[in-house]
Amino acid sequence: MSEDIYREMILDHYRNPRNKGKIEEPDIRINDSNPLCGDEISIDLKVEGDIIKDIKFDGRGCAISQASASMLTEMVSNKPLTTIKDITKDDVLENIGLTNLGPARIKCALLSLKVLKLGMVKYYVDKDPTSAAQMKDESKVF
Amino acid sequence: MQALLDVRKIRQDFPILNRRLKDGKKLVYLDNAATTQKPNEVIDAICKYYSEYNSNIHRAVYQIAEEATAEYEGTRENVRKFINAKYEEEIIFTRNTTESINLVAYSWGNANIKKGNTILLTEYEHHSNIVPWQILCKSRGARIKYLEVDEDGYLDLEVLDELLSMKGDGKIKLVSLSEMSNVLGTIFPAREIIKIAHEKNIPVVLDGAQSVPHMKTDVQQTGCDFLAFSAHKMLGPTGVGVLYVKKAILEQMKPFISGGDMIKEVHKENTIFNDLPYRFEGGTPNIADVIGFSAAIKYLNKIGMDNVRDHELEMTSYLLNRIQDIKNIKVYGPKIAKDRGGLVSFNIEGIHPHDCATILNDFGVAIRSGHHCAQVLMEKLDIVASSRASLYIYNTKEEIDILIDALNHARRIFNI
Repeated sequence: MSEDIYREMILDHYRNPRNKGKIEEPDIRINDSNPLCGDEISIDLKVEGDIIKDIKFDGRGCAISQASASMLTEMVSNKPLTTIKDITKDDVLENIGLTNLGPARIKCALLSLKVLKLGMVKYYVDKDPTSAAQMKDESKVF
Repeated sequence: MQALLDVRKIRQDFPILNRRLKDGKKLVYLDNAATTQKPNEVIDAICKYYSEYNSNIHRAVYQIAEEATAEYEGTRENVRKFINAKYEEEIIFTRNTTESINLVAYSWGNANIKKGNTILLTEYEHHSNIVPWQILCKSRGARIKYLEVDEDGYLDLEVLDELLSMKGDGKIKLVSLSEMSNVLGTIFPAREIIKIAHEKNIPVVLDGAQSVPHMKTDVQQTGCDFLAFSAHKMLGPTGVGVLYVKKAILEQMKPFISGGDMIKEVHKENTIFNDLPYRFEGGTPNIADVIGFSAAIKYLNKIGMDNVRDHELEMTSYLLNRIQDIKNIKVYGPKIAKDRGGLVSFNIEGIHPHDCATILNDFGVAIRSGHHCAQVLMEKLDIVASSRASLYIYNTKEEIDILIDALNHARRIFNI
């Protein structure tokens, strides 16, 4: 039932998103959209010595996609950039407390993780173009 | 007031309307602009073809193939009558509206759109009536212009007249527009628009995906040069579309998809194409579903398209009235029900359409949320998405009441 999805935590992050906005001169800026619904997420990252020093997201979308993005930024803030590699879709779904989403709505919940992984790959590939083939697989979310 | 249709009886013809969802809830199907449900007659016709006379059409001389050919070609005649086309050969079967428009863009477009020409569309077009023209214009060095739609969802025919009167470089070579918007719900005055275009010798493609299923269509009266629509939005199966083309134009057009069935003779170096309309139906067509489409047309004819329209008008008025009372709701398109087809798009401030549709699903209510394949219009309305409830012959006021209750429940969940 919807009451299980739209709990206070989700609505709180939807209405008062953490880390929302843009970073001036980010080290990574990346965006993607969900072609089914047109939801968009962009993520800016500031990286110092491989540590995520600052992260901001921006975008328009449903409560699930926006709350999920908000919670994901909190999850990786001040962590090594490489942690992004190890975050699975189940990690994100558990973090936001939505493990029973249907296939259509799961994409909303995972859009921000997809963008974040793309950003990490772009960062490493820009540094070392020869790693492109290996990094390609690292960005897969589902 | 006496109900216009015997909806209770109609509902019995649609097995899906009897099914129960996960927790025993009834299905309240309000996504008819995406696809409609199918009556037993259509399902049975498809079953009958596969179980009694499945065979390939047109060439074989044995009994069941002759039966299949007769049913397939009989559908063409039924479609001709349904839209009042003059000749049977003006009816081409495709996969869907999208393929029908692509056929026009590739065949007619490549032969007639030249460098520097302009094609006029409107801002409310479905992607299927934008993307094929973009691809054509890129390859021909031509341009697209969009006729603006106003705040209430109407077109300005004086502006249209001015645009179509332009001479020289910017001259418009083709108009392609939808007779009814799949988001705004507006029914546009096709006959007047076509009259203005024809005064200036500009042909018109009419996208009838939303209009043909819901009101009487008469191609001789509207005068459109091309009309595209889909079977599955009018009780028929998926995988069948129609393209009507005026015979004089069709005779000049080159084939789009080539290969089997669309030829008379094939030699090593050259081919003689088949007669109209077969030259536009390459390969084995979707025989079963075309035959199923015949049953859908018969069903609609039995009800009468004027009655279909009247029922939808009554339901749309009711829906418009009730939905406007919901707090913080924005309803798109005309405020006057009679200017609309049977659909209403809306947003409740603070609730994203996807969240809205998820909550409605708890009530068994199926509506659409998203950009409805009309992102150009979404940009114009400055939204990323909207919710849309769309009606058909089997929908009732009770179902609209359930929708309204569910929307109010969504407001409570979001504390709005």
